Amino acid sequence: MTEPAVQLDQIAKRFGPFTAVHPTSLDIPAGHFVTLLGPSGCGKTTTLRMIAGLLDPTEGEIRVKGNRVNEVPIHRRNLGLVFQNYALFPHRTVEQNVAFGLKYRNVSKEEAKRRVADALSLVQLPELGHRYPRELSGGQQQRIALARAIVIEPDVLLLDEPLSALDANLREDMRVELKRIQDRLGITTIFVTHDQSEALAMSDQIVVMSAGRVEQVGPPEEVYNTPANEFVARFLGASNIFEGRVADATVDVVALDVPIFGVVPVPAERAQGLSNGEPAKLVVRAEKLKLARPGTDADGAVSVDGVVEAVDYQGQVARYFVRTGESLLQAVNMIDDHPFAEGETASVRLRPRDCAALPGNK
Amino acid sequence: MATVEARERRQPWILLSPALAAVTLLLFVPLLFIVVYSFWLRTATGADVVGFHLDNWQEALTDPFYRDILLFTLKIAAITTIVCGLMGYPAAYFIARAGGNRALLLLLLMLPFWISYIIRTMSWINILGVSGALNSMLLWLGIVDEPLQLLYNQTTVVLGLVHFLLPFMILNVYVSLEGIDRTLEQAANSLGATRWQSFLEVTLPLSLPGLAAGGLLCFVLSAGTYITPLVLGGPTDAMFANLVFEAIITQLNWPLGSALSLMLLAVLGVLVAIYNHFVGMSQLAKGFG
Repeated sequence: MTEPAVQLDQIAKRFGPFTAVHPTSLDIPAGHFVTLLGPSGCGKTTTLRMIAGLLDPTEGEIRVKGNRVNEVPIHRRNLGLVFQNYALFPHRTVEQNVAFGLKYRNVSKEEAKRRVADALSLVQLPELGHRYPRELSGGQQQRIALARAIVIEPDVLLLDEPLSALDANLREDMRVELKRIQDRLGITTIFVTHDQSEALAMSDQIVVMSAGRVEQVGPPEEVYNTPANEFVARFLGASNIFEGRVADATVDVVALDVPIFGVVPVPAERAQGLSNGEPAKLVVRAEKLKLARPGTDADGAVSVDGVVEAVDYQGQVARYFVRTGESLLQAVNMIDDHPFAEGETASVRLRPRDCAALPGNK
Repeated sequence: MATVEARERRQPWILLSPALAAVTLLLFVPLLFIVVYSFWLRTATGADVVGFHLDNWQEALTDPFYRDILLFTLKIAAITTIVCGLMGYPAAYFIARAGGNRALLLLLLMLPFWISYIIRTMSWINILGVSGALNSMLLWLGIVDEPLQLLYNQTTVVLGLVHFLLPFMILNVYVSLEGIDRTLEQAANSLGATRWQSFLEVTLPLSLPGLAAGGLLCFVLSAGTYITPLVLGGPTDAMFANLVFEAIITQLNWPLGSALSLMLLAVLGVLVAIYNHFVGMSQLAKGFG
C-alpha cells in the first residue's frame, strides 16, 4: 500500500456561524480519479478550494504526498487547477497561456517549447498555439486550460466543474477525452461535479457529499447499486423508495415486507445492517422497474399492476410515472415497439436482486 | 407599406435622433460659427471686419508666446495625468477588492461631485493661503515665524487639477478592474505566480485599457482647464484656455480667441487620435474582443 497522494485529516471550513464543510477525512490514492459529487452548497467546491490553497481550512490537516500543506501558499503547492469558466488569460496567446506556469519553474526555453507542444498535442489542439483564447470555442478553451494545468506536471490535478459550461454533446466528448488524458498521464485527479453521470462515467472513486458532510465513498458501481442512505439513493439517478419492514433476515437474503409489492427477498450484500422486525426501506432504481403488458409472464419478478399517469418521452427511453394506490412509481425503460400511453394499465415488475435495502426510520 | 427590414434600418436613427439633434445644434453649429469667426478681423475701432483673413491664424501659429503656453499647458496636463494614474490605480484596486463596502466607497468617491468644481478649487485657498489652515497650524506649532507662500504656483495648479480629476481616473480604472475575472489571478497563482507576479502578469495588463481611458480623460480635461490656473496659479502659470478667455472676454477679440480655441481643439484632437490608435493597436485591447 503506497502513501495516498492527498490526505484530508478532519478538515473543516466555517464561515462565521455557517459550516461549509464539517470535519472530513479522505484518502486519495496516487493515480486515482476521485470525484466529489453533490448538489450545489454541499461543500464539494469548498473542499477542492482548500486542497488547492485558495481557502484555508478552519481546522484539520491537508497532506499532499505525506507533507502537511496547510501553510504552503497556493503558488508553491504545484497543483494543476482547471476552472469551470476556463480562466484563460485573454491577453495571451494559447501558447503563452500554456507556457505560463513554466516561467516559474526552472525550465529552459527549448524544453518549455517542447513541453507546450506536447501538452497541446495531448489535448489534440497542436495547431492553435498562436490564437487568442477568444478565437476558440468553449470546448477548445477548456482543453487549453487542461493543457495549461498539466504542462507543469502537477502533483494533483484539481478540476472544478470543468464540463459544466459546455453544451450537452460537447460535454460527453470532453468527458471521454478528459478520462483518456488522465489515464495516459496517470495523474491523481480530484474532480468536482454535481452531475451524477459524469461522476459515474469517469471516477475510480466517488465521494458523495451533502450539506458539508461525506455521505458515501466508493467505486461508482458500489455507490450506485448499494447506496449508503436515502440521500445517495435519490441523488444518483431516480430511485423509488418504499417504506417497509424486515420480515426475515438470513445470511443470504433479507426479505422485506413492502406494502405494495408484498415480500421482496433482497440479496444480503445489498441489505447491510438489518435485522428481523426492524423498519426498512426498499430502494429500486427507476430503470430497474420494468413495465410490461398485463397478463404476460412475470418470469419470477415481483409484480404489481398500475396506471400510467404521465409519460416523458426521450427517444431511446421513456420515463413513466405509474400510479399504484397511494404511490407514484417512477420507471425509466428502453422503448421497444411503442411506449405505453397515458391512462394505460401496465404491470410494474422488479427483480429482487436489483433492489437494495436501507435501514428505515425508527 | 414598409418592410420589416426598412423598419429595422430606421429604428437606430429614430433612437439616435434626439442626441444627434442636440449635438448638431449645440456643438457643430456653434463650432462652425467659431470657425467662421476665426477668419474675421478685429479693428481698432471695434467693429469686426467680415471676410476671409488669415491674420489671426498667422498670429496664433507663429507667435512663440502662444507656442510656449501651449507646451506649458501640455506639460501640466501630462504631470496631472501621471499623478492621477499613480494615485488613482491603488485606490481603484482597493475599492474593486473591498468586498461588501464597495457601494459605500463608490458613493464617497462621488461625493465631491455634489459640490461645484469652482468651490472645491477655491477651498484650497482656505487650506494653503497665507492665513489658511496649514499656515495657521505651522505658526501655532512654532515651526515657521511667518506664513509661507504656498499658493499661486505650478504645484498648486497641479494639486487643484489632481483634486478635480482623480475621481475620473479612479472610476475608469475601477470599471476595468471590476471586469477582470478573479479566477484569472487564482489560475496564475496555481501555476506558480506569487500575488505580485500575478498582478503584474495578469491584472495590470488587463486593466490598462481602463488606465488609458482614465488618463485620456484626465489629460484632455486638464489641458482645457482655465479655472484652476485662474484661481490657484500665479501670474506666469496661465494655461492655454486662459489665453482664449483673455482674448474673448477681456479683449473682446473674438476672431483671435476663435483661432486660439480651434488651435487647442486641433492639438488635443490629434493627441486623442494618436492615443486611440496606440491603444487600439496594442495587444492589450485584444483580450476584450
